[in-house]
Amino acid sequence: MTEITRMRRGVVASLFFVALLAAWQAMVISGRWSPVLLPEPASVAAYLWGAAADGSLFEAMSVTLRRLFVGYAIGVAIGLPLGLLSSTWYFVEDTIGVLALGLQTLPSVCWIPLALLWFGQSEGAMLFVVIMGTVWSVVIATDAGARTIPPVYSRAARTMGSEGFHKWTRVILPASLPFLISGMKQGWAFAWRSLMAAEIYVTILTGFGLGHLLHYGRELHAMDQVLGIMLVIVVIGLLADKALFAPWERFLHRRWGTGLKPG
Amino acid sequence: MEHQAARGELVVEHVSKWFRTREAAVHALDDVSLNVRAGEFVCLVGPSGCGKTTLLDVMAGLTTPDSGQVLADGELVMGPGRHRLVMFQEAALFPWLDVRGNVLFGLKLVAELTRRQRLDTARDYLRLVGLERFARANVHQLSGGMKQRAALARALAPDPHVLLMDEPFSALDALTREQLYGDIQRIWAARRQTILLVTHNVREAACLGDRVILMSHHPGRIREEFPITLARPRNINSLELASYALEITTALKSYVSEVVE
Repeated sequence: MTEITRMRRGVVASLFFVALLAAWQAMVISGRWSPVLLPEPASVAAYLWGAAADGSLFEAMSVTLRRLFVGYAIGVAIGLPLGLLSSTWYFVEDTIGVLALGLQTLPSVCWIPLALLWFGQSEGAMLFVVIMGTVWSVVIATDAGARTIPPVYSRAARTMGSEGFHKWTRVILPASLPFLISGMKQGWAFAWRSLMAAEIYVTILTGFGLGHLLHYGRELHAMDQVLGIMLVIVVIGLLADKALFAPWERFLHRRWGTGLKPG
Repeated sequence: MEHQAARGELVVEHVSKWFRTREAAVHALDDVSLNVRAGEFVCLVGPSGCGKTTLLDVMAGLTTPDSGQVLADGELVMGPGRHRLVMFQEAALFPWLDVRGNVLFGLKLVAELTRRQRLDTARDYLRLVGLERFARANVHQLSGGMKQRAALARALAPDPHVLLMDEPFSALDALTREQLYGDIQRIWAARRQTILLVTHNVREAACLGDRVILMSHHPGRIREEFPITLARPRNINSLELASYALEITTALKSYVSEVVE
């Protein structure tokens, strides 16, 4: 991509978001909606500025992200090996595989009552919900990915003397990388959703996350807070995508030669 | 008749193999015996479904025969091993590694080599197949012919005693194929590695092999063998070669019509 195209794309994207803000502002100015329900962009910005200045925003972000990373890491650590196993071993496919398929369809909010009864209003309940939201989709994506690996890779590896653990780590795992990454990405999205659901429903005293701020925003009818926190959640999701997954995807596209746009 | 087995000698003794599914049983190999001398280039030709790829898999140790056995270097083949490397129909190069990484894959499994030796060996073999400038290229950037060259370098680098080739040229265009015939002959002349090539292309077999062994299907059996005494290097377009190919093709057609009758 040339420098000019890159700049042009940047300008177009910026214009789009400026236009979105302008449309929002225009809706506020039109006066058709109560400012309690539709605050202007500036007051949302003012809320965010204030929350950032008194530290409450960063406190909530760090609480939320800590829960998210721990739960997600555990979910992936459980889901990846299970997915690989179920792709090769009928026993795991017929047991864990079926379980995963079933539980993946269960919206993660549904785990909250159970988590509350088992763990009480504690960090443990939060973690449980995030893990349950993550692990099954990772299992399924990994399993599906490992199944599509051409058998010739494994045959070629075996003739060169790669067996067992070496074959798993040097052949099966890298060969399923494209699917692992999409599985991990999906797992990330599910973890994020489950955690937000858990934080909105469950108040625990060991830390107020972004979900709690959102919840209290509603209780206080503070629409600027609600919108501001929603914005933060969206931005974190975007940044996580760019920071965590984009480098891997670039590597994939370069190596595998996939995702190249014509022209 | 005990004798010291030479490095690269391959002996197939009374190998039979059935493939059973719920619907049908296929007799893929029926009492196949075959000797490949050390340093010999043998081509296995037959109609599709004659079990020639199965036979190659059995020799590679990737498939276990129902009866019979394979001896490589005088030792019973129990599973795949790096003294018998396979070049597959598709290049089977690993897309997550660059070209050099692919060549290094097998070398890294040779425990006695140092890192330096591995890198040097990989470079030498990439040069041998004319890919030294593409060492750091990604697999998808190579053409079909270059991919098979890289696969050849990967299979040769760990210095196997036997190279098993499973229709490695079948997906290539005619010009690229001819180029590779030249390369294979040059490399084989220099190294005298035992090579067993499976193909359905009679001319290709006559061009490369010391012997061409014909198989027929239902069940898969060895029928006949043709020694090719032409001088090397051989040109696939030469008239002498064409007359060999004609003779072999005639024999091949007679087996196919037997089955139809």
